[in-house]
Amino acid sequence: MTTHSHRVLPGFGLSLGYTLVYLSLLILLPLGGMVLKTADLGFAQVVEIALGERSLAAFRVTFGASLAAAVVNGFFGLVVAWVLVRYEFPGKRFVDALVDLPFALPTAVAGITLATLYAGNGWLGRWIEPLGLKIAYTPWGIVVALIFVTLPFVVRTLQPVIEDIEAEVEEAAASLGASRWQTFLKVILPAIFPALLTGFALAFSRAVGEYGSVIFIAGNLPLISEITPLLIISKLEQYDVLGATALAVVMLAISFVLLLAINGLQWWAANRYTNREPLEAAAGRASAGAAR
Amino acid sequence: MKIASRIAAVLIGLVAATAAQAEVTLLNVSYDVARDVYKDYNPMFQKYWKQKAGEEITIKQSHAGSTKQVRAVADGLEGDVVTMNQANDIEFLAEKGLVAKDWAKKFPNGASPYTSAMIFIVRKGNPKGVKDWSDLAAPGMQVILPHPKNTGNGRNSYLSAWAWALKQPGGSDRSAQDFLAKLLKNAPLFASGGRDATTTFMQRKIGDVLVTFECEAELIAREFGKGEFELVYPSLTMQTEFPVAIVDKVVDKKGSRKEAQAYLDYLWSKEGQENAAQNYLRPRDADLLKKYAAQFPAVKTFTVDDVFGGANKAFLTHFKDGGSFDQIYTQK
Repeated sequence: MTTHSHRVLPGFGLSLGYTLVYLSLLILLPLGGMVLKTADLGFAQVVEIALGERSLAAFRVTFGASLAAAVVNGFFGLVVAWVLVRYEFPGKRFVDALVDLPFALPTAVAGITLATLYAGNGWLGRWIEPLGLKIAYTPWGIVVALIFVTLPFVVRTLQPVIEDIEAEVEEAAASLGASRWQTFLKVILPAIFPALLTGFALAFSRAVGEYGSVIFIAGNLPLISEITPLLIISKLEQYDVLGATALAVVMLAISFVLLLAINGLQWWAANRYTNREPLEAAAGRASAGAAR
Repeated sequence: MKIASRIAAVLIGLVAATAAQAEVTLLNVSYDVARDVYKDYNPMFQKYWKQKAGEEITIKQSHAGSTKQVRAVADGLEGDVVTMNQANDIEFLAEKGLVAKDWAKKFPNGASPYTSAMIFIVRKGNPKGVKDWSDLAAPGMQVILPHPKNTGNGRNSYLSAWAWALKQPGGSDRSAQDFLAKLLKNAPLFASGGRDATTTFMQRKIGDVLVTFECEAELIAREFGKGEFELVYPSLTMQTEFPVAIVDKVVDKKGSRKEAQAYLDYLWSKEGQENAAQNYLRPRDADLLKKYAAQFPAVKTFTVDDVFGGANKAFLTHFKDGGSFDQIYTQK
């Protein structure tokens, strides 16, 4: 009763019902079908497929490269978002629009372009390879492709949150004696951390499922640069739909656990910083730290 | 008045369109790089069928990776005929009951109207002196080929090398597998498909030798210039087949069996065979093969049936999970 009285807009029942039906149709139904289909195989067989030497190696490559790409974008995406929100410069709109391009480009085109750039005779590869670093057709190529594909996620999640932090907060922290580093670490970062994690999680999960761009730059050597989606395609090429679904289910399960962990971290961060402590208080704390 | 006449024109157009749809339509579900062959072949057949049966016929094409295509047909894509580049893909449809079990006997030459061969493409002047399969396994050689497990092109390359090793003095499955292990070690990458391999080799200049279909060479010449590369024919290689079949389930439902049969039969006619030759596919017709001899040098070939006891068996032994390809990487 009390919860009802607080709502300004009506329609809770309707919208919740709609949400549940929509999510069930779009997400639960196909994924549930997949899990059901895997049940045909039996647990032992699924484990056997998942623990095969090539499957394990592919999981390592897929999740490792995705994590690396998400970490890199977590850092550089933050820088890009910060620059796009906080500074005015000519051509800002243009740069802002560029960020979305990896979304729009067919991933195969991205993969072919990156492979051409980073190959030994490519514009970038010809300078990098003499330094002893090969990117195209190595696991590094996978990381590069994933960074490209997932950049928009971090930038676009962070931008509105950074916009919400008023410059006065930074000024308050500074006038209370916080150093620049303290202002960032104790005032800005706690406020944007949940959004940063969301961007990170989005980038990571997108990277895990990416196929089109990776396949052209990876080299696809067994045990070295094969990603799990390639193994799934390989199963389909053997008419082994069940095996393919089994791999997909295992991949989904791992992703789900990781995403759940990231979400948990996010809740924890949100409770710890934003709810309990308004920004002004944080600014005060930062200055108190400076005084110490 | 004007408006009324326009509406009438639109209506007539609609009626005409409906009438056109009522004609026989064939859907040819085909592999990826068959576009050129059938782009030329379809108008030839339409003309022929008009003369012979007095019937207008519309032919639609669907192209994608061979295995993807048969899966689509099995899942309900209503192809009247399938024209593929791997026998085991049609075998898959036969197992599903969409194609006759004895499909390979329904047409001449194991139901493959034309063939090609796996050959080497090397850089101009053949700087590494590549002559035969043995050179591909030599230390320091870089070999480019599509993924041997996931692509038809790669599988054919793999089986060609295997058969060659098997036919060497003292050759056995064991020695062939060891040879393949050495050869695959020389692959800096596995391309995602035939065209990707070509781009990697020709444009990104990676590797010393590219293994691919003979018919692909002409396309490379068109794209990159004839002087940029040379062809090398190994001492033994695979005659690759391009099997065709009628999808019984679909033609019986649509009532298009007569047309589908004629469409595939016509591939073996002089015109159909010449079209294949002009698209750099080796015709079955001996006279035409002679006529185009400059384009198709004599080469000693084997078929999958000869050496591996059929495409399906080869697939199971070598490319299924745990097959010889996987063993090379997981048994050390």
